[in-house]
Amino acid sequence: MGCSSKEEIENVYTPVQVSLKIPEIFQQKLIAPIIPTNNPLTEEGIALGKKLFFDPILSKDNTQSCASCHNPKKAFTNNTRFSEGVDGKLGTRNSMPLFNLAWNFDERFMWDGKDFSIEHQAFSPVRNPIEMHSNWKNVAEKLQEHTEYPTLFQQAFGTSKIDSTHVTKAIAQFERTLISGSSKFDQYLLGKTELTPEELNGFNVFMDEARGDCFHCHGSDNNPLWTDNQFHNNGLDETFNDLGLGAVTGDPNDNGKFKSPSLRNLAFTAPYMHDGRFTTLDEVINHYSEGLKQSLTIDPLMKKVNQGGVQLSDKDKADLKTFLLSLSDNNFINNPDFQQ
Amino acid sequence: MKKIILSIFSLVILSCSSDNDEPIKEISVKLKFTQNWDGTIIERSDLENTEFTNKTGSKLTISRLRYLISRVSLVNGASDTTKFDSYKLVDINKPDNLTLALPEKISEGSYKLLFTFGFIDKDNISSAYTDLNSVDWNVPDMMGGGYHFMQLDGQYKDTLGIKNPYNFHAVRAYNSEKDSIFDTSISIETGSILLKNNATIEIKMNAAGWFKSPNDWNLNEKSVDLMGDFEAQKDISENGKSGVFSLGTITQ
Ligand code: HEC
Ligand code: HEC
Repeated sequence: MGCSSKEEIENVYTPVQVSLKIPEIFQQKLIAPIIPTNNPLTEEGIALGKKLFFDPILSKDNTQSCASCHNPKKAFTNNTRFSEGVDGKLGTRNSMPLFNLAWNFDERFMWDGKDFSIEHQAFSPVRNPIEMHSNWKNVAEKLQEHTEYPTLFQQAFGTSKIDSTHVTKAIAQFERTLISGSSKFDQYLLGKTELTPEELNGFNVFMDEARGDCFHCHGSDNNPLWTDNQFHNNGLDETFNDLGLGAVTGDPNDNGKFKSPSLRNLAFTAPYMHDGRFTTLDEVINHYSEGLKQSLTIDPLMKKVNQGGVQLSDKDKADLKTFLLSLSDNNFINNPDFQQ
Repeated sequence: MKKIILSIFSLVILSCSSDNDEPIKEISVKLKFTQNWDGTIIERSDLENTEFTNKTGSKLTISRLRYLISRVSLVNGASDTTKFDSYKLVDINKPDNLTLALPEKISEGSYKLLFTFGFIDKDNISSAYTDLNSVDWNVPDMMGGGYHFMQLDGQYKDTLGIKNPYNFHAVRAYNSEKDSIFDTSISIETGSILLKNNATIEIKMNAAGWFKSPNDWNLNEKSVDLMGDFEAQKDISENGKSGVFSLGTITQ
């Protein structure tokens, strides 16, 4: 009888519902984050997702976890241009930082938007041959045989039978809690701190249509995500080795388009662009200022492409960089909830 | 061309009274936004593909076309106005989202439809609309603040045939030197429409109209950095007032 009553207790365990801690500035300016009704956030689900995120058990030879390429100290990316998978093969894209994913309202993830929804995205690294190169059957078996996981799945999802759906749901719950909203600039917007004259001028360069004109794609004081999460060709190449969105949609007009990354946390996320081609922010700024390349699908907002770019003065360049760095959020990378 | 089949469920309200008065029908109304270039329909598939020619002879393609409609109201024969407290960001890249269902029902009858292109000053408040902030529709405060009215972006061929970008962005006119604003939103009124059943009213926007009458627009002279250009914004607004918007078909 002891056995069955234990089972009964497990079956009635209800996970504790939690809501996201939405930063004040997001609350003021943005619509609600996206939380799918079939995967509500719970304490147990988030804790399980976190454990899975940091656990190399998800990879073929138990050597690589999500965190290998998505390090909390680096705003959940890494600092190499490309990342090595378990087989030592290099990918062709720069790892992406992970934060504010629940505010990607179109829910299109990856540089080229190929994965719809956070849950769905989490399926791919496990079986990707240049990443964790495992398969879900093996992973589910390993987790099922583990001493702790079956109970944790029971508590989070009411079933100790482990499958890819619940693994990805748990990881997605954890990923939704990765919220970055307390940079120096956020504090400034809340009236809690002042910007230096350089940072202020840099912000004006960013916002001025006749100077940087960055805000049309990268957010603003009124869109504190600092991205539009849309796909653009920002003038990196004349011809494309990597078709980006075009390979996903099959539409040649989408070739060379990639998702605008958020400009939060740039202090931790070098190198930059989908292929990590720029090691410093100076290189990025020089690109927009005088390094633009004309191509078939270039975004019209790269309006000075025929002059090479927006031609910023040295002072404006330096100030723009200072401003960009004010969007970096030390509280985010040091948040104890996000460390292994 | 994609045909959208609208299923219209008409709600018949039956009167319970013993005499045979015809009940007044309550109907719901949707606005459907379509875009054209002097009559040729512009759809998502035309973006970055189809070449159009503007009044001054520049060949151009369109990459992005989004615009804002606000203050929709219906005025009946007795001049009673029903105001709908909503606005709509039309984005031709989102073909499934080109209709605005008016939030309240109205009685059947004859109406004029009124709406505003953009926001009038009173509504054009920086950061006030979280859904518009979330899609980066804001105008920086240094350029007068508030929201965009339209983003029409693309490429045109200059006099040498070389491809050049244009950013035809309509916003409230702002003179930064004098710190003065000028309301460039456009109020539009249709002729009388007889609404007898649940109806979908087509609002047509002729994109070619932005480039002509009264101000024939030469992209070789002005194509980018228009947001902070007070005179350009006034010109855009004047062009918008003459025949850009018109009433299309009414399905009911
Ligand atoms: C070998 C390195 C590597 C590993 C391991 C890895 N990732 Fe990634 N991750 C990447 C790269 C590279 C990209 C960008 C890929 C692309 O665009 O094609 C990416 C993109 C993402 C994105 C998209 C973010 C956005 O904003 O669009 C998410 C989410 C993500 N990874 C989550 C995970 C999770 C969860 C795991 C573990 C199950 C994981 N990653 C394991 C390298 C890795
Ligand atoms: C047309 C839209 C657009 C405009 C305008 C724009 N960007 Fe970008 N930005 C992008 C896209 C798209 C990418 C990613 C491109 C890629 O990797 O292929 C990007 C990448 C970046 C990155 C790299 C971030 C990372 O994590 O890799 C930085 C930094 C950046 N932009 C800053 C700026 C600044 C500063 C301006 C203004 C001078 C600006 N951008 C204007 C679309 C835009």
